Amino acid sequence: MASPDVVEIENLSFGYEPTRPVLHGVSLRIGRGKVVGIMGQSGCGKTTLLRIIAGALRPSAGVARVLGEVVNQLDDAGIFALRRKMGMLFQFGALFTDMTAYENVAFQMREHTELPPDLIHDLALLKLEAVGLRGAAQLMPSELSGGMARRVALARAIALDPQLILYDEPFTGLDPISLGAIARLIRQLNDSLGATSVVVSHDVQECFDIADYVYMVSAGRVVAAGTPQDLRRSGEPFVHQFVHGEPDGPIPFHYPAPGYAADLDVGAAHG
Amino acid sequence: MLPTSTWARRMAERALLAATRQLLERLGAGVTARVWRLGFASRFFLYMILHSGVAFRRFWLTVREIYFAGVLSLIIILVSGLFVGMVLGLQGYETLQRYGSSEALGILVALSLVRELGPVVAGLLFASRAGSAITAEIGLMKATEQIAAMEMMAVDPIARVVAPRFWAGVISMPMLAALFSAMGIFGGYLVGVQLIGVDEGAFWSQMQASVDFREDIMNGVIKSVVFGIAVTWIAVFEGYDAAPTAEGVSGATTRTVVTSSLAILALDFILTALMFTGGNAR
Repeated sequence: MASPDVVEIENLSFGYEPTRPVLHGVSLRIGRGKVVGIMGQSGCGKTTLLRIIAGALRPSAGVARVLGEVVNQLDDAGIFALRRKMGMLFQFGALFTDMTAYENVAFQMREHTELPPDLIHDLALLKLEAVGLRGAAQLMPSELSGGMARRVALARAIALDPQLILYDEPFTGLDPISLGAIARLIRQLNDSLGATSVVVSHDVQECFDIADYVYMVSAGRVVAAGTPQDLRRSGEPFVHQFVHGEPDGPIPFHYPAPGYAADLDVGAAHG
Repeated sequence: MLPTSTWARRMAERALLAATRQLLERLGAGVTARVWRLGFASRFFLYMILHSGVAFRRFWLTVREIYFAGVLSLIIILVSGLFVGMVLGLQGYETLQRYGSSEALGILVALSLVRELGPVVAGLLFASRAGSAITAEIGLMKATEQIAAMEMMAVDPIARVVAPRFWAGVISMPMLAALFSAMGIFGGYLVGVQLIGVDEGAFWSQMQASVDFREDIMNGVIKSVVFGIAVTWIAVFEGYDAAPTAEGVSGATTRTVVTSSLAILALDFILTALMFTGGNAR
């Protein structure tokens, strides 16, 4: 029987340099059909984790199993085959700037399928309609607002009806209306496609609104996990600081530094 | 205890030794880094050649890049060719008329252009105009995650983005060099025949009699193909290897122009030595 988990990460460690580990012994599971948030402050390793799930990075230890395949044991052809079952929304959309919105959405269909052009045309418009931008099909990325570009990128990510959709900071830099629209679309598309979504974000409100389950990452470790309701009620100091946006706590406000008096040379002046 | 002068001399020797060692270490590190980079660039080149199928199977991808690299370089190539030919006409006439050989102006202009100036100057202009544009485009695609997005869509960016640009450069360069030479000969004709008054019949007939198709024109074409490969390889590699920042893309673009220009001049010397000296000399 197939595992109910689409992503299984066991005791995973990774560092861009051997002396500077980014992830330490991370374990998590993402169930089929769920929208799961991976949250934490900037630089905590959550995007690195997403890139490992996508097969763009290989962990130094541990196992990352995605859609039944151990990603870190696959060769390039295996990774490309796996990625055909995935979609990814990048932080700023990463639309191809030399193609129209329509061509961006049709890109994967043209590359990976033998569908006739008429059918590709209809399918691409269908995807654009799903994100409310059928009318912008012929616009170039430079003519789209930030929110529209993100929605076109979302239509492109779901072009081949992926089983797993990865979102890298999908809410960054959006106005409240676009932000709400993207959040709603992530949930709706996940449910209507029967996909599984992994949302890497540090936007608490939006992520909690759409996620079924959330993992909190800090300094390369999973420090808390639970439903958004559980995490809102959590007394764990890091979770409390993060969820309520408190400036000081386990993540200190001040970057480590020698004594203030010594830096200002106060002792010498008055001594 | 050592006398002060001996102590000072030993200290100076030690400092000199340390400085020499530091210099050698830095030199070694620099050479090692460049050899690594050359190895990486060679592997990149091999991978690109092996994954060039898309560039030919879907030839419209390459044709599109020929437009950007070749057609859009036409103006600078044609105008430069015209002026270079006009200068050759003026300078050549000044020198030849001293020896009463002004009728040989056609030969001088044509041989200078098809053997040397056509491929070399067109190559340098191509590196500045098209090479820098290719590097900047690929570098910016990397900086804005378009390359990463393509990889995430299970599309190999080297096959889809890099190889068509490479082959477009290789195809465009000989055509641009040929047009540069043709325009240069026309420039030489304008100045030599129309302006100065060299005999038109002598200008063309001596050129026709002395310029050999295989020895002169084909060797010039071979040069331009080699320059096309070198410039476009450097341009696509620098773009693909650029740090994904504004500074990284700007540095990569500069390196493309500088490295390509030096590569053209060095390769020109090697090719000239192989083609026009020794057994091949006429």
